Amino acid sequence: MTRIIKLTFLLLLGILVSCGGKEEKKKGEIQIGKNSKVETKNETPASKRITLDNKGVGKIKSLTLDATIDNAMVERGAALFKTNCAACHKIDKRFIGPNPTGILKRRSPEWIMNMILDPKLMTEEDQCAKDLLIEFNGAAMANQNMTEAQARDILEYFRTLK
Amino acid sequence: MIKYKFQLGSLFIALMLLTSCGNNNGQKGSSGALNSSAAEKVYVAPGEQDEFYAFMSGGYSGNLTVYGLPSGRMFKEIPVFSQFPTSGYGYSEETKPMLQTSHGFVPWDDSHHPDISQTNGELDGRWIFINGNNTPRIARISLTTFETEEIIEVPNSAGNHSSSFVTENTEYVVAGTRFSVPIPQRDMPINEYKGNFKGSLSFISVDPEHGHMDIKFQIIMPGFNYDLSHPGRGKSHGWFFFTTYNTEEASTLQEVNASQNDKDFIAAINWKKIEAYVNNGGGTKMPANYAHNVYDEGTHTATTTMKKEVLTVNPLDVPGAVYFLPTPKSPHGCDVDPSGQYIIGNGKLSADLTVHSFDRMIEAIEGKKFDGEAYGIPILKFEDVLAGTVKSGGLGPLHTEFDGKGNAYTTFFISSEVVKWKLGTWEVIDRKPTYYSVGHLMIPGGNSAKPFGKYVVALNKITKDRYLPTGPEMEHSAQIYDISGEKMELLYDFPTHGEPHYAAGCPASLLAPKSKKLYRLDENKHPYAVTSPDQAKVVRNGKEVHVYMSTIRSHFTPDNIEGVKVGDKVYFHITNQEQDFDVPHGFAMIGQNTSELLIMPGQTKTSVWEPKQVGVWPFYCTDFCSALHQEMQGYVRVSPANSDLELSWSLGGD
Repeated sequence: MTRIIKLTFLLLLGILVSCGGKEEKKKGEIQIGKNSKVETKNETPASKRITLDNKGVGKIKSLTLDATIDNAMVERGAALFKTNCAACHKIDKRFIGPNPTGILKRRSPEWIMNMILDPKLMTEEDQCAKDLLIEFNGAAMANQNMTEAQARDILEYFRTLK
Repeated sequence: MIKYKFQLGSLFIALMLLTSCGNNNGQKGSSGALNSSAAEKVYVAPGEQDEFYAFMSGGYSGNLTVYGLPSGRMFKEIPVFSQFPTSGYGYSEETKPMLQTSHGFVPWDDSHHPDISQTNGELDGRWIFINGNNTPRIARISLTTFETEEIIEVPNSAGNHSSSFVTENTEYVVAGTRFSVPIPQRDMPINEYKGNFKGSLSFISVDPEHGHMDIKFQIIMPGFNYDLSHPGRGKSHGWFFFTTYNTEEASTLQEVNASQNDKDFIAAINWKKIEAYVNNGGGTKMPANYAHNVYDEGTHTATTTMKKEVLTVNPLDVPGAVYFLPTPKSPHGCDVDPSGQYIIGNGKLSADLTVHSFDRMIEAIEGKKFDGEAYGIPILKFEDVLAGTVKSGGLGPLHTEFDGKGNAYTTFFISSEVVKWKLGTWEVIDRKPTYYSVGHLMIPGGNSAKPFGKYVVALNKITKDRYLPTGPEMEHSAQIYDISGEKMELLYDFPTHGEPHYAAGCPASLLAPKSKKLYRLDENKHPYAVTSPDQAKVVRNGKEVHVYMSTIRSHFTPDNIEGVKVGDKVYFHITNQEQDFDVPHGFAMIGQNTSELLIMPGQTKTSVWEPKQVGVWPFYCTDFCSALHQEMQGYVRVSPANSDLELSWSLGGD
């Protein structure tokens, strides 16, 4: 009995090694799962999706933005972003989390506020936030304990990132 | 299959046995922990919280542990006098100064008697104080952060045992010496102890706003051993009481030689009188050398100041400030009832408890009814100050606590029991065994003007068969009793960490709502803090390399560092950028000759690494912080000492 198990194990190991060997010869580095064609439904990744009608889940139910941008809020928001968010979000590229540049073209103000204020609830109950979590390698967004006013300042700052 | 049947069979028998036991209990209306109602009383359902906090001294662990009552669950070990690799306390650059003394860095102590700060004689939950017995020190711990904030060394003291008890409004935390020693210390024959050695009683003022401690004065007393103490309260506020033993002033074989006198003393100190005396310029300044270590919550950093002077008071210079109350048989515990009327001295070699009356003591002092003097200090007549004697029949009484309903509870070490008795009538109401050899006991607020008399915890010295054996060394056992009724009821046994001597407890509602959840990044004043990741950098200053590093789930910024050389001293200053409750990050570097760090949200801590070998060496987060915790890691490239590779650092190639 145990002999059979051992043999099977060796066989499997052999298969693994031979696969790895082949890859290495070809590409010079190990690539797992990139050759096998995984059947994707050609869905737009969550970060590229436009979900402006979705207000997300959380305490922000409706939010109307002024036509003009409030510079004092932007200044505060930029400072808060630097301290609390910049470790994972960069405004010139995709990093640990998505790049917030142009986010108001993709997400509603309410969704953004709810994501900042309670990322755990959002990734549990909002489909877009769930998909983003998977797209960004399961790196859960940190709750930085922002007040509603602070989150609103950050949102105002995001309005300037076009 | 046969085995399986056998197992089923034995299970069935075991079940039968259990069931039948339960039935017997039910029939007898049995007592003790087998009673199902006892189980319900200590059961705190999953997700629910305890009714009381209990702070137990760690004894030889040097620390303070936090438990919940009635469940007996341990919540935290607060490092105080001992290095604690779990958090990096005493290892991190910020906390090393906490353990500085006049003897240099002392990484351990023997912590004994925690006491919660008071206002008007009631627990106020601001701080908890605890004494280091071995290298005399007093620590103050914040009950908002549950971290040690301050440690002051006590000069002219040795075996800081009759400590650290607070006065009614936390005006002072008091520390008395166990050993008498030459004051000041000098080279002299040990057998010239008698008349030459002295005992110091230190009154350490506590700043009402910040809690900062300062030795206001030391009373230089005759060379006895000062064992335990408690403050007067209510009518006796302004007085402090200390038990003494070895009034024989023996310097050897105290086991025999300090047990010769039929009575030793309780020293009654009118500290208000001495305070007025020193406020008017009284006392003698004496050269001294002692450390005062203060942790600043803003900079997350402790600093040491060496103090060079202490104000001493000769009790004979303040007439009417110090008296001796004769108390039988080497009294140990010294406890004052909630009203402040009764002072209980437990003669540890006696079967009886001696209760002195504060009113009678004042009468005797006013009537000048003295029974001689010791080194010029008046001795009051035993019969004139005695309120009553509790004849319990137990052996080896040690400590007494109160329930606020007119009852007192005293531990008996030799006969292993807690005895409940009534204040005023001195009658014994109940007695229950402990398992085994109980030392202190604790009722939350049980030595204040307002006890919460629902539970008493017996802190036992011997465990023996109470738990599964773990080799020769075992944790000490504690027992919790329900004292809400006429008779005490044993509810539960639980192990305690280290060797708890005394404990202090308070209602959870006093502390839980104000317990700090995180440190705010915008309040972080640490000179090496990184409050936004773009401040992360690596700076060389000769052979010192300072890494300004930030962490957030789940990466370090930077995570690749090059240009470090063999022989460098690398300081990792790590700021946790999280602002969420209970998301610490850890930091550990391979081959470090120190401990890891555990950094709370918003906090900065520093760890030193001195690389000795060329190579590429990893570091990682030690706290399972997120699903990507295993990815939270980085490398430092170490080049030969003569390399001219410039410092560089990056994260994700930036």
